[in-house]
Amino acid sequence: MPLLSVVLIRTSLIYLLTGFSLGTLLLWQKASLMPLEVWRFLPVHLELLTYGWIVQLVFGVAYWILPRFNTSPVRGNQWFVWITFFSLNSGILLMGLNGFLPNPDLWALVGRGFELLAVLSFGLNIWSRIKPFAV
Amino acid sequence: MPTLTRWHLKAGLIYFVLALLLGLGFRLQPVADLPEQIHNFRPLYYHFLMVGWITQIIIGVSIWMFPRASREYPRGDARLGWATFYLLNAGLLLRLFSEPFVNEIQTDIFAIMLFFSGLFQWGAALLYTLNIWSRVKLK
Repeated sequence: MPLLSVVLIRTSLIYLLTGFSLGTLLLWQKASLMPLEVWRFLPVHLELLTYGWIVQLVFGVAYWILPRFNTSPVRGNQWFVWITFFSLNSGILLMGLNGFLPNPDLWALVGRGFELLAVLSFGLNIWSRIKPFAV
Repeated sequence: MPTLTRWHLKAGLIYFVLALLLGLGFRLQPVADLPEQIHNFRPLYYHFLMVGWITQIIIGVSIWMFPRASREYPRGDARLGWATFYLLNAGLLLRLFSEPFVNEIQTDIFAIMLFFSGLFQWGAALLYTLNIWSRVKLK
């Protein structure tokens, strides 16, 4: 497995644990075991699990598994995927935590912008790898 | 395909169908004059899709496909694997029989079920992470 895939997938596993931890607290609030204030973490729970766990894991596995080129670099320009990693995680943190920052709407916009950059960057790497094996 | 993977994938498909049945119910509610309380199942719909279907499929396929942990135990610790399966699905089933009713019927039993539902699902995520972590590695 290439280094970038290790980084993306292990990071996604950290988001899985963190997201599930928040989800457990929210579920416990429904049982009146936690204060109502925990619902402030619902957007964080959603963001960590959709983009942090699912999307990031998909990126990591796709970068590893999709057909490789016959010449180096066999998985395309890895810098696009490093940009993906840093942009995606910056975006996730900003989208999840913007409710706790001054000017939350601005930070949400910046966060989504980072996530869009991450997807575009990943697309630039992966597009030409969606090909028949022999090419 | 390993037995554990097959169980995860088949369970995932069942949750997918259940989620879509719930989705159908939400759409039919005003048309077929179904009780409004059906919308109490909405959080369950999302979690059947995201946890029961997608996360469970990911767990099942990763157990099968990721680089082997060791020659002796290529798929890691089978006990952790099976514990993940049982905790995840027990947690989801406890959720099914308590979450939609907890606001409607005042009884401690639903609170207890929700407590264990959350604990079991979290436990499943922890055990899966512990089991798969070392298989996410450089060649």
